[in-house]
Amino acid sequence: MNALKRTFKDISQYPSAIAGVVLILALVALAVYTMFAIPYSEAIRLWRGGEEIWGDYPRLAPPAWTNIFTKEKQPSTIVRDSVDVDSGVTKEVKPIDETMTDVIFTYSFDYDADVFPQEMIVFMTAAYQEKAPFVSLFWITPDGREIRLGEVTAKASETYRFNQDERLLRRLKGVAPEVALFADPEQETPTVLKGTYQLRIAAITFEENSDLEAKFVSYGTVHGLAGTDHRRRDLTIALLWGTPIALAFGLVAALVTTVTTMVIAAVGVWFGGVVDDLIQRITEINMLLPFLPILIMVGTFQSRSIWVLLLWVILLSIFGASIKGYRATFMQIKEAPYIEAARSYGASNWRIIVSYLIPRIIPVLIPGLVSGVPAYVFLEASLAVLGLGDPVLPTWGKLINDAYGNGALYNGQYYWILEPALLLMIAGLAFAMVGFALDRIFNPRLREV
Amino acid sequence: MNAISGTAQGGAAVNSAERRHDEVLLSVQDLHVWFELRRFGFGHAGYVRAVDGVTFDLHYSETIAIVGESGCGKSSLMKTILALHRPTKGDILFENRNLNALKGPELREYRSQVGYVQQDPYGALAPFMTVQRILEEPMIINGIKDKAEREARLRNAMEEVKMSPVDDFLQKFPHMLSGGQQQRVVIARAMLLEPKLIVADEPVSMLDASVRVEILKLLRALQDKHNLAVIYITHDLSTVRYFSERVFVMYAGQAVEKSLINDLIRNPLHPYTMALLAATSDPDADNATRFRDVPPGEPPSLVKPPKGCRFHPRCPHMIKDLCDAEEPPHFEPEPQHLVACWLYR
Repeated sequence: MNALKRTFKDISQYPSAIAGVVLILALVALAVYTMFAIPYSEAIRLWRGGEEIWGDYPRLAPPAWTNIFTKEKQPSTIVRDSVDVDSGVTKEVKPIDETMTDVIFTYSFDYDADVFPQEMIVFMTAAYQEKAPFVSLFWITPDGREIRLGEVTAKASETYRFNQDERLLRRLKGVAPEVALFADPEQETPTVLKGTYQLRIAAITFEENSDLEAKFVSYGTVHGLAGTDHRRRDLTIALLWGTPIALAFGLVAALVTTVTTMVIAAVGVWFGGVVDDLIQRITEINMLLPFLPILIMVGTFQSRSIWVLLLWVILLSIFGASIKGYRATFMQIKEAPYIEAARSYGASNWRIIVSYLIPRIIPVLIPGLVSGVPAYVFLEASLAVLGLGDPVLPTWGKLINDAYGNGALYNGQYYWILEPALLLMIAGLAFAMVGFALDRIFNPRLREV
Repeated sequence: MNAISGTAQGGAAVNSAERRHDEVLLSVQDLHVWFELRRFGFGHAGYVRAVDGVTFDLHYSETIAIVGESGCGKSSLMKTILALHRPTKGDILFENRNLNALKGPELREYRSQVGYVQQDPYGALAPFMTVQRILEEPMIINGIKDKAEREARLRNAMEEVKMSPVDDFLQKFPHMLSGGQQQRVVIARAMLLEPKLIVADEPVSMLDASVRVEILKLLRALQDKHNLAVIYITHDLSTVRYFSERVFVMYAGQAVEKSLINDLIRNPLHPYTMALLAATSDPDADNATRFRDVPPGEPPSLVKPPKGCRFHPRCPHMIKDLCDAEEPPHFEPEPQHLVACWLYR
């Protein structure tokens, strides 16, 4: 206990170590928050979800805060849903006769970005028995022009995509609707006309209980804190969930391999003879085995589950080169008079290993363990980048892999790579800073005893 | 030489007769401890004959000293008595039980009867344990489960070695103690399990001259109080007189001379003992300029010991065709003074 307190006191002497501890604590806090805010099953459901979950999100949109650095203001996504009363939609219902009804939706929104939106879609859901409602759409610009968009028969679930309406395209002389509808007619080059726009949807229902709801989405070119990927998924999910996974993978792998390796080395040194020979030969063979190709084979043939890979990483690392280093240290400690004294008062083999050999090596172990964490965090990311990432779990490595697979750098979507890379670097840096400081704290003391 | 015999009279050896017990505590019979040498890690390449035929009896509350230069096998003998090595041949009987036959709990029981005081007090204490933990370990291992009892015995032992106030030391780590204090903790640890025998391996050789006497006196006092038998191992004859009655001189794995300490110092018989005594340091300024007779040559190889008497290559009195041909038996030229040398045939 005192030793622990002393270690903490020593750590506080190193500003870099304090920064490292703060970063680690921040990462841990983020991981804990993530696990409570987005439960595991929910995260997987979201990450594996398609249009039904991510339909309202833009594709490949950089984070919204990139607007701070660009001259032209990029639009965010605008969603107006008639189900949601607060979203600025008015719905008027006017009966025409006994069965037919006029339903008119008016969506109004301010548009003050300098860039045209990515795409515009109206999602409609209709309730009817036999005859589906008939819908006409109109666009009203800030300067009062009214543009007829198109007509559509609203089935139970109907999607009207502005840029796929051939007749509208012809009417707009081939200019894409998201440009033509927002452009200032006075300007030669397409420039956004800022102001309040309106979309009017006029529907006629033909049955007594027939009804219609409609949602208008104008997809922006920036989104949220982290942006979105090629499947409209919000990167925040993967960035957040990457934290507990990276920490768990790194800590579990580092802790289990370091401790097991050390115990195996201690057992070999203490019992000597055949046991030691066996351990040394296994280690030497294992050192020759190609680590990454084996993991690639596991990923290809057995399973790509991150936990299966973790198990293999641990299995392959247990008999790692560090056994040799620990063995050298243990050989020295084994001859210490206090071990002989312990034998003389009857300590059993296991008691000597656990209470006399291993505590001596803990000062070397702790810095090694802490510095070992980033190695495993990076290993997980590397495997994911190589395409061996868990297909289910969203991780930092997976994000980089997705980005790479979709040509993010080629297409200038730097955020997609930089965000997970930055988090990886922070995690690595945090553990490295603490590890280096611990090394400096423990090693002089080691030399002294 | 004068200084040695002078103090020896006032020292321990005088009242030894009263303390001697008739019963044998430890009996070492024709003990051989050989270590196999391997070539390339597996091929057999002979034996190192560290202990080669040693026999002696140790009575209850008796002290014997084993004297010899480094590499003469005294440490191997001691470690075999501590059951750290297995004898290659021969037996060790402790209270008439053969050590070779002891296993598991019986062996542990035996080990708790034998205390061990090591040469290097700092190395003998685990550097990461507090004094309290160091002293508790033997008791935990030997099944003293009651925490209060452990605490009481530990305090008692600390007071016996004059480490008081006890509370000042319990939470300290070995490196915070002085060499003398460390050795006291080592002695306290050896005493904790109330042994019948203490094996002390050069207990003062690594200490400052100023604390040596204190530690030796402490050991002596503990021996008197608890009727301990002590095997005192040293290369330094000048410390033997502090509490030893009988002395064995070991050379190349064998006991070459066995005698009472006073007889040995007064009248050394074996040529090796003579040389050893001549080499004993005397605090005399004249010694700085005086030439000492040191036997020529080096201790023999224990892998291929010389034929006949093992000292013959270095011996000034070597008898040709006898000393280099036949191993000398033990002769008894004076009562209770045995010597393995053909000069006394």
